[in-house]
Amino acid sequence: MAVSSGIPWWRTRRMRDVLFQTALLAGVVLLIAAMANNAVETMQRQKIASGFAFLDHTAGFDIVQTLVTYNETSTYGRVLLIGVLNTLLVAAIGIVITTVIGFAIGIGQLSKNWLIARLCRVYVETLRNVPLLLQIFFWYFAVLRALPGPRESWGAFDAVFLNNRGLYLPGPEAQAGFGVVVAVFVAGAIAAVVVAIRARAIREATGRTLPVGAIATALIIVPTLVVSAIAGFPLHFSMPALSGFNFAGGIVVLPEFMALVVALSTYTASYIAEAVRAGVEGVAKGQTEAASALGLSRGQMLRLVVVPQAMRQIIPPLTSQYLNLTKNSSLAVAIAYPDLVSVFAGTSLSQTGQAVEIIAITMVVYLTLSLTTSVVMNWYNARIALTER
Amino acid sequence: MATPSRKPPHVVLPGPVQWLHENLFSSWGNGALTILAALVIWWTVVPLFQWAIVDAAWTGTDREACLPHEHGACWPFITERFGQILYGFYDMAERWRVDIAFVMLAAGLVWLTVPGLPAKRPVGALMLLAYPVVAFVLLVGGFGLEPVPTERWGGLLMTLVVAIAGIVASLPLGIVLALGRRSELPVVKTLSVVFIEFWRGVPLITVLFMAANMLPLFLPDGLSVNKLLSALIAVALFSSAYMAEVVRGGLQAIPKGQYEAAQAMGLGYWQAMAFVILPQALRLSLPNIVGNFIGLLKDTSLVSIIGFFDLLGIVQSGTANADWSTPNTAYTGYAFAGALFWVMCFGMSRYAKHLEGVLKAGERR
Amino acid sequence: MSGAQNAVDIIGLNKWFKAFHVLKDINLSVARGERLVICGPSGSGKSTLIRCINGLEPHQEGKIVVEGAALTEEVGQVEAVRANVGMVFQQFNLFPHLTALENCTLAPMWVKKMPKAAAEKLAMQYLDRVHIPDQANKYPGQLSGGQQQRVAIARALTMEPRIMLFDEPTSALDPEMIKEVLETMVELAETGMTMLCVTHEMGFARTVANRVVFMDHGEIVEIAPPQEFFSNPKSERTKEFLSQIIR
Repeated sequence: MAVSSGIPWWRTRRMRDVLFQTALLAGVVLLIAAMANNAVETMQRQKIASGFAFLDHTAGFDIVQTLVTYNETSTYGRVLLIGVLNTLLVAAIGIVITTVIGFAIGIGQLSKNWLIARLCRVYVETLRNVPLLLQIFFWYFAVLRALPGPRESWGAFDAVFLNNRGLYLPGPEAQAGFGVVVAVFVAGAIAAVVVAIRARAIREATGRTLPVGAIATALIIVPTLVVSAIAGFPLHFSMPALSGFNFAGGIVVLPEFMALVVALSTYTASYIAEAVRAGVEGVAKGQTEAASALGLSRGQMLRLVVVPQAMRQIIPPLTSQYLNLTKNSSLAVAIAYPDLVSVFAGTSLSQTGQAVEIIAITMVVYLTLSLTTSVVMNWYNARIALTER
Repeated sequence: MATPSRKPPHVVLPGPVQWLHENLFSSWGNGALTILAALVIWWTVVPLFQWAIVDAAWTGTDREACLPHEHGACWPFITERFGQILYGFYDMAERWRVDIAFVMLAAGLVWLTVPGLPAKRPVGALMLLAYPVVAFVLLVGGFGLEPVPTERWGGLLMTLVVAIAGIVASLPLGIVLALGRRSELPVVKTLSVVFIEFWRGVPLITVLFMAANMLPLFLPDGLSVNKLLSALIAVALFSSAYMAEVVRGGLQAIPKGQYEAAQAMGLGYWQAMAFVILPQALRLSLPNIVGNFIGLLKDTSLVSIIGFFDLLGIVQSGTANADWSTPNTAYTGYAFAGALFWVMCFGMSRYAKHLEGVLKAGERR
Repeated sequence: MSGAQNAVDIIGLNKWFKAFHVLKDINLSVARGERLVICGPSGSGKSTLIRCINGLEPHQEGKIVVEGAALTEEVGQVEAVRANVGMVFQQFNLFPHLTALENCTLAPMWVKKMPKAAAEKLAMQYLDRVHIPDQANKYPGQLSGGQQQRVAIARALTMEPRIMLFDEPTSALDPEMIKEVLETMVELAETGMTMLCVTHEMGFARTVANRVVFMDHGEIVEIAPPQEFFSNPKSERTKEFLSQIIR
């Protein structure tokens, strides 16, 4: 606004805002400083170590599942890494499974089959209203720990075994030449993508559709198989076999891991189902009517008109559910699955006593994941937002 | 002369067979799905019924009653320990105080939710402002009432205390944060955004760990903090970030013209917020606020991990008791806790749906 | 001296929205009791101009004086001006959670600190003046568009302002309701209220306005009494505009 003479400088609105904000900022800074001061004093008094040097100290405890090497001489820094990797593993697999289940149930709710629709509705209403912790306990104690012991395992094809110690699968062991096979596979995949892009251009230019699916399959599978055969099928599997009281060989998926992933997936799927249902129902009825009037088949209508619009509505809540799943994986501490919270903010904290540093690091990890996802989500939303006048 | 209306020609009403054909067996694919669904129901409902009702033990005072029913639920575990499940370790002689607090809460909620009852606004204000104080005195003690230390609280009492305290505290804080996030003053906006995104970005269990391990460090020497209070503060701060986003959604739905009209009449910022904007925004956000409460109620189960004996924790400690050691004790306990949570959460979600319907009807002009 | 004071004095007003020059060097004086109609093509800045008068839009250069009080940066100044200026919006902007009566009494009670009974009495007077006293306890959602806009007028009047601003008050109404609102505005004009009205209703301009202001591309192109303005416009742009809107 125009600057007029005659008003004392401290009575302008701008000054009032500036003064207010300065006071607020000062207050916040003072509060943080006071808290930090207290913390430092108390830690000194209680002889708690501080600083991040502990990350180089030996941890000395055992971890049941590690994606990288870990032994008695590994440091807390390594423990941190393993925790993060385990968390990401649970999150990655959980996200894939929950998406599949969530979309199935979400679309099932809209089915014309009354029984299926009702069943999916019951699924959603049951799982959404029971605490996740309780569901994790259910899967862990009631289901997986109730399985029979190794000697009475449930088996299939003499290669897969399920018992109360875990799920035993054949373990892949790469031999010489495996790298070449992988390279061929990747090359085939890239070629398939190129073909798909070309095919689209051809369709737009001439109206002719190429059998992209068949070509892609051929490009990927045939060369890979041929090269594998030449190299003598360089992928062996070590089979799990009962020896003594337990299984040896192969790889084992822990019951803690399975319980966590199954509980997280099924629970989050109930929220995703709701988001999918809302997204599909949110596409105005006029859209399907207009599409039919144009002569599009039901499949084309779904693919070209309904799903693109529904996805716009579904993607934001979908990503926030992925984020929830990742954060909820921290409940692993309740059943002693070695995720980040369990090994770092749990065991490591009680061993070193350095609560401030450890919890700060843990929170920073989760914050990074959350904020990265938010940023990506905002970028995606801005990109696909319907351009409006 | 207008044409008189007449009845439609003969219409086929769906008899039961017709309905079955249309909805369940309209095609081979559909028929297969129906059979699959029926099988799923058979495989889950029947064993559940068997376990919970048919094979279950119903009366008795300890494990002896349940051991013979090795494939059924151990309901005496629940009935005998019902007091603990409700009150935790609260002094038995003082439990009437908890009962009064429960009853007042129920009465207040019924008054607020049943449509048609008058004077909702004063009752609402009373519940939000006066009830917490009254309940606090009743539960903690003082004013002639015997003090009961919070270490003895547990069970459903603790679950409700944490959830209700959390939601009541997070509402005003959430409103302030939402307004702050929408402010044009850069310092206010940045502080609000940082606060909100921080609490929304970390899992609740880390927040609870922080409260349990770090809060005592931040306080000046000599000031000790009640363990329950520190958990409550953590939960309130955590919840306020989610509440802020819910209120922000409501604020965003109010047309700018409302604020302009209030401004044009000379109302200041806080007056406009209090009389014009916030009443509308909170009304719009109400279904989502209830949704927040449902989430919070479920999240309270996490306090069992840091050693509190909430509903889940008390059930867990009960199953460890030697008197009740049977293969089915744990399952029975968890099943009961799960059912109790389900009833509360499902009830509230139905209410939230009802609220949404009322709001939509009100919007039709 | 206050006897000859103008209701509104705008001197050298310039406003930019980001880099866009929205109002260019506006100079306008409105006498007490004068009725001004402001017209122009869409985007000409006419709504922006009257919104500057009660501070809903800030301005970067120039001076606006309302009933002797300048619109400045001083704390509390804008609110004092607004208590003296009433505004009626195109979208009515009634508060949906309050009854018609409560809409009218809100500001008098909280800005002028009137006791509730006195505010309600005053509000009923004005609701009577706009001919809908029987709708006092209805909610806006229960009223027709024309009734809502009349409540909005009563709401502005209950603050007993010296000046009334109208921002396209009939543009959002169904045709059959425009008449009732215009009639209310004509009656208001007859009481001697100073009115600044942005509108496309040229019939209203002819009947009621003392002067008509034509704006285009952010500047005042022509000001004249309605007789002259409609029958003998001076500027080419005015002529073009009139030819487009007069059917």
